[in-house]
Amino acid sequence: MDKTELKILKAIADLEKTPQGAYNFRVNGQLDGRNTTANIDIASKEDKPGIDITVKPGTKGESIHIPVVLTQSGLTDLVYNDFYIGEGADVDIVAGCGIHNAGCETSQHDGIHVFHIGKNAKVRYVERHYGEGDGTGERILNPRTEVYLEEGASITMEMTQIKGVDSTVRDTVVEVEAGGECVINEKLMTDGKQVAESNMEIILKGPGATGRVISRSVGRGESVQVFRPCMTGKSDCFGHVQCDSILMDKAKIKSIPAIDAQDVDAQLIHEAAIGRIAGDQILKLLTLGLTEEEAEEKILEGFLN
Amino acid sequence: MLEISHLRYDVTAEDGNELGILRDVSLTVEPGKLVVITGPNGGGKTSLARTIMGLNQPTGGTILWNGQDITNLSITERAKLGVSYGFQQPPRFKGMKVKDLLALAAGKADLTPGEGCQYLTQVGLCADDYIDREVDASLSGGEVKRIEIATILARKAGLMIFDEPEAGIDLWSFAKLTETFENIHKKGDSTLLIISHQERIINLADEIVVVEQGKVAMQGPKDEIFPQIMARTLPGCGYMREGDR
Repeated sequence: MDKTELKILKAIADLEKTPQGAYNFRVNGQLDGRNTTANIDIASKEDKPGIDITVKPGTKGESIHIPVVLTQSGLTDLVYNDFYIGEGADVDIVAGCGIHNAGCETSQHDGIHVFHIGKNAKVRYVERHYGEGDGTGERILNPRTEVYLEEGASITMEMTQIKGVDSTVRDTVVEVEAGGECVINEKLMTDGKQVAESNMEIILKGPGATGRVISRSVGRGESVQVFRPCMTGKSDCFGHVQCDSILMDKAKIKSIPAIDAQDVDAQLIHEAAIGRIAGDQILKLLTLGLTEEEAEEKILEGFLN
Repeated sequence: MLEISHLRYDVTAEDGNELGILRDVSLTVEPGKLVVITGPNGGGKTSLARTIMGLNQPTGGTILWNGQDITNLSITERAKLGVSYGFQQPPRFKGMKVKDLLALAAGKADLTPGEGCQYLTQVGLCADDYIDREVDASLSGGEVKRIEIATILARKAGLMIFDEPEAGIDLWSFAKLTETFENIHKKGDSTLLIISHQERIINLADEIVVVEQGKVAMQGPKDEIFPQIMARTLPGCGYMREGDR
């Protein structure tokens, strides 16, 4: 990998060298490095681009890094990654995609991830999307994530896109069986003329299933964001959708949370709020000696954490 | 030294009439003194404090801090000169942790947990329970208020203005708070201006200033002013006199 690619790798996966454990690096549509472990196998698909990742039952404390880097202007990269997480496993998965586009053609990566998470297995999934480059070509990311949680299985997903992605349509579907838990932390910031759309469908199928969506976003410039998180309860379950957005400049944000209860014991809550930075927050930070720009920066930093 | 002279703050009411919130306030606070500002609700106490901090721009008069005219300086500039103000109703910050806010207040990104905890303890908060909490709606009014006061302590400013620090605070924390004010006062590094109606805070004062109807109605040593305030309280109200008849 060259300097630009390494810089992007740092931004999306916080990696400066090859990580411990299993990994698969994809650079400009090609495999750039792979490591498997005794418990985690990674194999290229034969019928289409992408990989199958298989984690043996009972695997504990291992991690899998699967970053994607695009630096070639005009490339459209489509991958299908399937994860099979064995019963009782407990693993961290770090994905993410960074695009450096110095050219005038559109660079696009569409990652389709499907997770099959076995009984009582636990997954922490971190996905960061990032774009840079001074070319006029657009940087587009359209991820689709499907998660199937078996009984007692859980996933915590952190999905972050803070900078440099011109257009994104993000689709997330999660099905939760009895006793399973799904937590999604979404963080999004757009600027300039960027557009971002996030659709989520969380279906709580079995008794005791829980789902939480915490979505925080900041819209700046003339950017546009649309959120459609939907939580469906089909049994004695608990679901909570919370969308919070800060609006700045001439940005537009539309938030359409939905809850769909199909069982008398389903407890579903949604909250959504959009507003500018509160004036008294800025004033308070000014009284601590910050300038207005610094105050704004700190408030956003805290908000997006 | 804080020198306020002929300070005016007028706002335009809905009917277009000028409302005098502060009407010719003059006040001098000597370095290291603890001065309590008291007086009836709506009298102009908070407006005075906010005008010193720069949160309100006065329509007349001057404010000098350590000899420098700060009347037209920005809030940030005043803060950098050592003026600090604890809000009466402090804002909350979603996502910002107590330790982040204290680090901003202290002006150092590398504020150690020990330092942060020390400020919380001074306002009666068990530091371990709070240092990593977010300053959001999960905190009660009294908790946010005490964190607000801790940010002023962390600033170590030359002028500390507290706006009804007792409001919403439980009895036990209040005792700790008065002790903290007393200690700051004893050290003598900061000038304290405290808006309060609490006898225990008034008791700490070197001087009392009574602000009502946008003016300084009385000012002087505590022992002189406090009895006058008490004497005025009861006879002023017809209903209270009822009981004596």
